[in-house]
Formats: sequence, structure tokens, C-alpha cells
Amino acid sequence: MDAPSTDLASHSHTAHDPHQHEAGHDHHEIGFLRKYVFSTDHKVIGIQYAITGLIFLFFGFTLMMMMRWQLAFPGRALPLIGHALGNVFGPQMPDGKMTPDFYNSLGAMHGTIMIFLGIVPVAFAAFGNFVVPLQIGAPDMTFPKINMASYQAFFVGGLVMLASFFVPGGAAKGGWTSYTPLSVISDSGPGHHWFWNGQTMWLIGFILLITSSLLGAVNFITTIIQLRAKGLTWMRLPFFVWAQLITAFLLLLAFPPLEAAVVMQLMDRVGATSFFMPTGLVLNGAAMQISGGGSPLLWQHLFWFLGHPEVYVLILPGMGIVAEILANNTRKPLWGYKSLVFAGLVLGFLSFIVWAHHMWLTGMGPVVSAFFQTTTLIISIPSVIILSAFFISLWGGSIRFNTPMLFATAFLPMFGIGGLTGIPLAFNSADLYLHDTYYVIAHFHYIVAPGTIFALFAGIYYWFPKATGRRMNEFWGKVHFWPSLVCMNVIFLPMFLQGMLSMHRRWYDGGQGWNLANEKVWGLTGFQWNVPISIAAWTMGLAQIPFIINFFWSIKWGEKTDDNPWEATTLEWAAPSPPPHGNFAVTPVAYRGPYEYSLPGRERDFTMQNEPIRESDRRAYEAAAAAVH
Amino acid sequence: MEIPYTTTARPDTGLWNAKIGIWLFLASEIMLFGGLFSAYVFLRLDAMPGYWPHGLLNVPVGTMNTAILIASSVTVVLAWAALKMRQFTRYKIYMGITIICGVIFLFVKLYFEWPDKFHHFGAFIRQDRLEKYEQYLGNHHLLAKGLEPRVEITGHLHNHEALHDPNIHEYEVQLDQVFADPTNPASDRPHFLPLPKSDKIAHIAKEDVERASMFIPKHSTFFATYFTITGLHGLHVLGGVIVFTYFWLPVGANLYKRNPEHLANRVEVAGLFWHFVDLVWIFVFPLFYLL
Amino acid sequence: MNEPQLPAVPETAVVHDDHDHDVSKHVNKYLLVGGVLLFCTLLTVFLSYVDFGSHKANMVVGMIVATFKAGLVAAIFMHLSAEKKMIYRILIFTGLFVLALFWLTYLHWYDPISR
Repeated sequence: MDAPSTDLASHSHTAHDPHQHEAGHDHHEIGFLRKYVFSTDHKVIGIQYAITGLIFLFFGFTLMMMMRWQLAFPGRALPLIGHALGNVFGPQMPDGKMTPDFYNSLGAMHGTIMIFLGIVPVAFAAFGNFVVPLQIGAPDMTFPKINMASYQAFFVGGLVMLASFFVPGGAAKGGWTSYTPLSVISDSGPGHHWFWNGQTMWLIGFILLITSSLLGAVNFITTIIQLRAKGLTWMRLPFFVWAQLITAFLLLLAFPPLEAAVVMQLMDRVGATSFFMPTGLVLNGAAMQISGGGSPLLWQHLFWFLGHPEVYVLILPGMGIVAEILANNTRKPLWGYKSLVFAGLVLGFLSFIVWAHHMWLTGMGPVVSAFFQTTTLIISIPSVIILSAFFISLWGGSIRFNTPMLFATAFLPMFGIGGLTGIPLAFNSADLYLHDTYYVIAHFHYIVAPGTIFALFAGIYYWFPKATGRRMNEFWGKVHFWPSLVCMNVIFLPMFLQGMLSMHRRWYDGGQGWNLANEKVWGLTGFQWNVPISIAAWTMGLAQIPFIINFFWSIKWGEKTDDNPWEATTLEWAAPSPPPHGNFAVTPVAYRGPYEYSLPGRERDFTMQNEPIRESDRRAYEAAAAAVH
Repeated sequence: MEIPYTTTARPDTGLWNAKIGIWLFLASEIMLFGGLFSAYVFLRLDAMPGYWPHGLLNVPVGTMNTAILIASSVTVVLAWAALKMRQFTRYKIYMGITIICGVIFLFVKLYFEWPDKFHHFGAFIRQDRLEKYEQYLGNHHLLAKGLEPRVEITGHLHNHEALHDPNIHEYEVQLDQVFADPTNPASDRPHFLPLPKSDKIAHIAKEDVERASMFIPKHSTFFATYFTITGLHGLHVLGGVIVFTYFWLPVGANLYKRNPEHLANRVEVAGLFWHFVDLVWIFVFPLFYLL
Repeated sequence: MNEPQLPAVPETAVVHDDHDHDVSKHVNKYLLVGGVLLFCTLLTVFLSYVDFGSHKANMVVGMIVATFKAGLVAAIFMHLSAEKKMIYRILIFTGLFVLALFWLTYLHWYDPISR
């Protein structure tokens, strides 16, 4: 096989023999199942997570599209598919119209699926699994079998969640936050099975998903600590690896209290205990036959102890992806690498002590409220540092607006809007008004939807060539990007105003506030705002179709590329595309930092991390430095 | 393909992979039991006076179980030390004792402690009917001493049908010793040795009762917390026993012949898990049985 | 200076003969600590029946003994007293966060807007 013309100097190029399947190992065939289904190879597991996660992401999106129908045209049967859905979901969708309970199920499951079955698996597990070992020059993760177990736990957990739609009573409907005592009494009584009901299955599925994340977190942290290639010191790591490391710590330490709470809620539902059930509850006119003495607040504390670090789990990998793509497509090093790393570490630390800002309405006294308001405001600082560093990184760059860069650049203002609109929510006083309104929905969706999901799209277009050896189509990438960007803003920008006009979240029909908000956004009366929002949501669904087709078509027929089509500097681009089992025939050695783009006196505008230092480099640098002074 | 640093230490961290892995896992377990203990704190603080019981658990048995677990912690670290010193027979002996200790712990819990609770009855008297049962509760005496009132009458339930049959209007209870003589100062605090049941039978009208059941998880937040924490802890003990058995039987122990250091490392990792389980019990025992 | 320099291999990283000597010395220590733990268990039980004034005081005493026992298990049986920095770093943050969970949850209970 001829070396491509952009090949690096031979001493830095890892030799790859296409006939050698496993570096330094016996050549033996493994069956289809061991290779693609029960694989312990981090790349296969990463792709498994990616495909499964993307399917769940799209499924969760469909749930939302159904909800948007109800919001735009309340009480009307869904067209076309309404009848079919009525057959599938039976009593929950009589004549193709949505019952309030079903709307609530869609809402609860939309949130749960998007977060725990969509974004976390794709952003953390898929990208992390595939890219991190390659970027640190490792042959695989430290615990490959545990890696496989983590995917399997995720898969089974996802199946349990999906199956919950089809049991009598339907899927969980108490919100993704599953607040007690509602979630303890829901999906129980006549017509429900004592165990196989939506809420209990939600809890069981959750235990499996938490287990999967914990196993993954252990793997990631150990791998990053132990398997960094020679010369790859901490401050030479690509920012993506730092982001994944911090995310893994957040998952490791924040998830378990929620697991404890889930076990306790299961006990409450199945064992009639009263961990979260206060004394004196009356259900359907009769006093509940429970001991009482429990506390709904306890559930909220344990839930949000995870819930807040969870939102940083959702954003950090995306920030890592954006960092890589910005450096690569501006052809200059990231500005403020050290600031980025320390801001990320501080962000991770602080995220554990801000959680009660999700609980401003629970009757907090001034001391505890002041504590959490203070920490919440402080935590905005590292986020701003990171975003600012990204913006400044654009300055003076030779920017190439390929599809990954389009998504990565769009991430910046979108995340900016999302983050800044969170600041009013950090104040107990302002949140008294805004809590549980569409303002909150707009705030967090700006962060995860045109924020994280755009970062994920950017990462898919960016690393697709490494995983497959082929590019995705650029034209269709742009056809995917522009409508998505426009639609995202049409959907979520009016929601801020709807929220300020008191439109309540999670309400099937919105009530008084809904009427107000539906017609008075931007002072325009008579214009039903929920209709264009819904239309934009459905259009955005359509805009994903070119992406889906592009993705699968390009695996087989995409334009072939060499190992490093983006001319990037980090170690994964030194491996073959796609990398074989074991990744590198010769373990790479890192000689330099991760973003050596456009340095003076070099032949090319990038130098890979595993390229040894040469005298010519040093002389050229000194000459350039002398010329400046 | 070899994963580096599986048995040898990486120079700059000084650690091999599974060492870090197990400590990370233990960190998550600290948070898991931390969540459960924070529930204990919250629920105990929220309990009305008299509603968080004392003296309902068997202290001598609990003490013995604690001693067994501590002994097993000693033997597992001795088993590891034997492997490091390449004394395979010693390893088998110490590991075997560890496994037996773990099994005894579970046996005592599942076949004695828990069933003993499931057969013990308690009825919470309604706040406005406490006076009626003063002869059993002795609250005047307790309040005069500044102690918490008694709100529950416990003992052996003679007419089990009363729990389900709405036509039966009272519980026939063979009282625990403290209710037979409630004003005796010796009854003010729980006893170390569990006292035998008294001969006295009390008839408690169902309409005077807030709620009544055997000591099962739903009986009170105390028992809900007790059974959940000890249950989860027990599952961890079981997991440890299974892993140790694997390393004791030839299937796991034969690794010694190929790579004794690797087996030593694995036993060390499993041992660390076991010590953590012991650690949790060191806190569970006083918090539930004693304080 | 083309080759990146790794720090010199510290002696504690090597798992060799000197460690075996250490292990045999440790065996006596393990037995001693085991004995101390058993004694402390009996002490905990005994102290729980002693009146320290208030129930809260009894709880504090009980938790002090329990923490001491836990410390011994962690330091000696789990070799934490001789562990590497990386492990300490992981555990320090864990400890901080579990304390935050306890303290802040308790603070919320302690400081409501009204009772």
C-alpha cells in the first residue's frame, strides 16, 4: 500500500500492514458474535454505544414530536399515524388523541431517554470509548471485559425502559425527576401489575443504566491514568481527554446516591415502606396504609445530588469535542489550554455542591439558600472561562468551515445563550417565578440541544473517517446543519418568553398561563406560538433524515480517505483508519503538546504529537522569536 | 494484545491497573452507602419522639456477627500475605476461613435475625389513646424522667388472623418484658441480653391502633432503613463470598501455578472490597443496634 | 534531548523481594490490629449502655469509636497508610463529597423557611 502524499516523516509514522489484524498477537479468527456483538474491543464497543445511543436519541425525539402535536393542536387526533398509534398504545391514545396520562408518559420518557439513553451513552461512552484510548496511544481500555459488561447493562436497561411503554398503564409518567410521593403511588392499583408497571420498570432500568455508567467510569479513569503513552504528560493531553476524565469522575461519585434512592423508591413501591412518604397521606379518600414518617425532600436531595453533576456530564464531552475541532479547523493552538483544564477541574468539583438550586421552592431557610446561591453563581465562572477561551481561539485563525466546524462554531453562541439564561435561575427569588415554566425548558434545551447535540454531530462528522476510512458527504452535511440550526432557535427562543408569561411545563393543557403565553409572545396577540414551535420541531425531525442517510450510506460508499484527512495533530490520527485490534503496531511516543498548528519555520501547518523534536524545529523557533523582537 | 500494567506497576503512578480500578469502585460504594446513611440521618431526625425505637434488635447476636466479620477481615489479609510469601496451603486455609465466616454472617442474618423480626409484632397506639394503655406504656414515669415516650406495644401476636380479618377487633399480644413492668427503672433503657417474653397477655383494640404489623420493612421507617441497609450490605457480603470462592476453587486458584503474583493481586483487590464491606458494617452495627 | 524523560522508577513501585520481607513483618501487625478491633467492638457495646448525659452524647461517643475502628481497617488492612498519592487524591474528593451530601442535606433540614 503506497504511503499517501501527506504522509509524515517515516520515523513518526506507525507502520501498518493491512494484513496484520492484531499487533503482536497470534493471528486467529474469531466468530461474528465475538467480533461484533460480544466484543471487548473499545472501538467496537464505542460504535455499539453510538448506534444504540443515536437510535434512542431519535426515538426520544419522536416522543417530543408527538407531544408538540398536543401542544399545538390540543385535543385533536394525530394525523396519519394517530390511528396506528392508537392500535399500538391502546387505551392511552383513544381514536388517535392523546390522553393526559400518555402526554405525561411521553414527557417523562422523553427526558429520561434523551439524557440517559441518548446523550450520556453517545457523548461519554461512544466517543470516549472510541477516541480516548487512541488519543492517549493505548491498545485498549484497562478492563476490556468490564467495558463489554457496561455496554450490555446499558442495552438491557434501555430495553426495559422501552418495554415499559407496553405494559398495562404505560410508561412512567411522573417526570424524569420521578418526585415522590406521586411516583410511589403512580402506576399502581387496579389495572396495573404490582411489579411490571411503568414506574417500577423505570426504576429497574435506571439501576441497570447506573451500573453501566459506573463500570464505564472506572474504566475511563483507570485507562487515562495508567495507559497514557510515553511522553504524554498530563498537560500534553488533548482537552477532549481531560473532559472525559472529569465526566467520568462526575459519574462515578454522583450516581451512587441516586442508586440508593432508586432502591429506596423501589422499596416504597414494592414493599410499602415510607422512605419518601410523609405521614398523613390520603389516597382516593382513604388514609394510606403505610407507616409514614418519610420525606419527599429526601428523594429530591438524593436525586439532584446526581442531577446537577449529570448536567455537566452532558456538556463536558461536548466541550471536549468542540475543542478538538476548533483547534483543527482554525489551524492554531487552543487559546488558554491551562485555563481550560483548570476551569474544567473546578467545574467538576463545584458541580457537587450546587444541587439544591433545583429545589428553591422546597421551603429553604436563608442560610442553606444563601450557600447554594453562592456556589451556583460561582460555578458560572469556569463555564464562562471555557466558552471565552473557545471564542478567543477563533481569533486570527485560518478557519475552514467544513461540516464539523459548522456545528462546533454554532455550539459557541448556542451554549452561550443557554448558559447565560441560567443565571436568573441561580437566584432563589427569580426562580420562585420561573420555576417549572417554559423558561427553564428553553434554558436547558439550549444547552443540550443546539449545544451538546450539535457537538455530537460535529464529532460524528469529524471522527467518522477514523472509524470507517471514509468521509461523510460534505454537501449533505451542510443540508443537515443549516435547517437544524434555524429550527433549534425557532423552537426554543420563544419558549423563554412563554415561560416568562407563566406557561407551565409538563402540563397537558397548560392552563391559564398557556393561553396567555400561546398568544402574547413578543406582544403579538392572536398568533398561536405553539404552532410555529411545533412546526419547527417537525421540520427539524425532517432535517435529520439527510444525516441518517449520509451516515449509513457513507460507511459503504463514502469518499475514501487516508489516515489523517483533517491534518490533525492528536495521536488517534497516527493510527490506521480504521484502526486494527490493538490500535498501534508500535506504541506511539508523544514528544509535543496536542495543538501544534501553524508554528513558525515548519514545513507544514501542523505537527503530530508523536513527531520527534528536531534541531530544525528548535532553530526555526528561535529565528522566528528573534524576528519578532 | 497485552494491556500494560496489569500485574506490574506503572512507574510514575506506582500502581497496577486493578488497584486503581478497585479504589475507584470503592469510592463509588462510599457514595452509595453514604446516600443510604444520609437517608438514615434524615429519617431519624424527622421521627416524632418515641417513633424511632431502641432495643428492638438483638445486640449479642449483632456483636457476634460483627466479630465474625472482623475476624474474616483479618483472615483475608492473612490469605493475601500468604500468597505474597508464596505459601499456597496457608492461603487456602485462611481464604477458606474467610469464606466460612462470610457464610456464617449471612446465615445468622437470613436464618435467625431477620426471621426473628418477621415473627415479632408491634402496634403503634394512637396519640389520643395513649392514656388508655398507660399500664403497658408507663409514659408518665418516662416523661417525669425526661425520656422519650413509648408509642408502640410489642410482643408475640397470638391471633395472627387479626392482621387480615376485619371481623376480629383486637390483637392478643404476649407482651415483651418491658411492657409487663413499664415503670421499673430497669426498663428505661434497652438491655444487652434480650429478655424473654413476659407471661402477660394484652388485648389491644384495633380502633386504638394507628397501625400494626410484624416487624417487616413497612412497619416503620426504622425497619425500612434497617432491612434496606442490611439487605444491600448482605448482597455485598454474598458477592464477596462468591468471588472468594472462585479464587479458592481450582478454577481461580490454578492461576497460582501460572502467575502467582497475578493471583495475589486479584486476592488483594477482592480483599479490599471485603474490607470495605466490613467498614460499612462497623458503622451499621452501632447506628442500628446500639444507638 | 529527543527522548522524553520519565521520572526515575521509585522503589515502592517495584513489587519484588523486599516487599515479601515487609509482608511477613506485617502479619503480626494484622493479628494485633484484629485484636484491637475486636476489643473496640466490645468497648462500643459497653459504652452504649453508659449514660453520657444525653443521647446525642452517646451517639458522638459511638461514632468516635466506630471511626477509629474504620480508620484502622482502612489504614492497616487496606494498606492505605502506605498507598500512592493517586489513591489519596481519589479518596479525598470522595470524602469531601460524601461529607457535603451529609452536611448540606442536614443543613436543609436544620434551616427551613418555617417550622
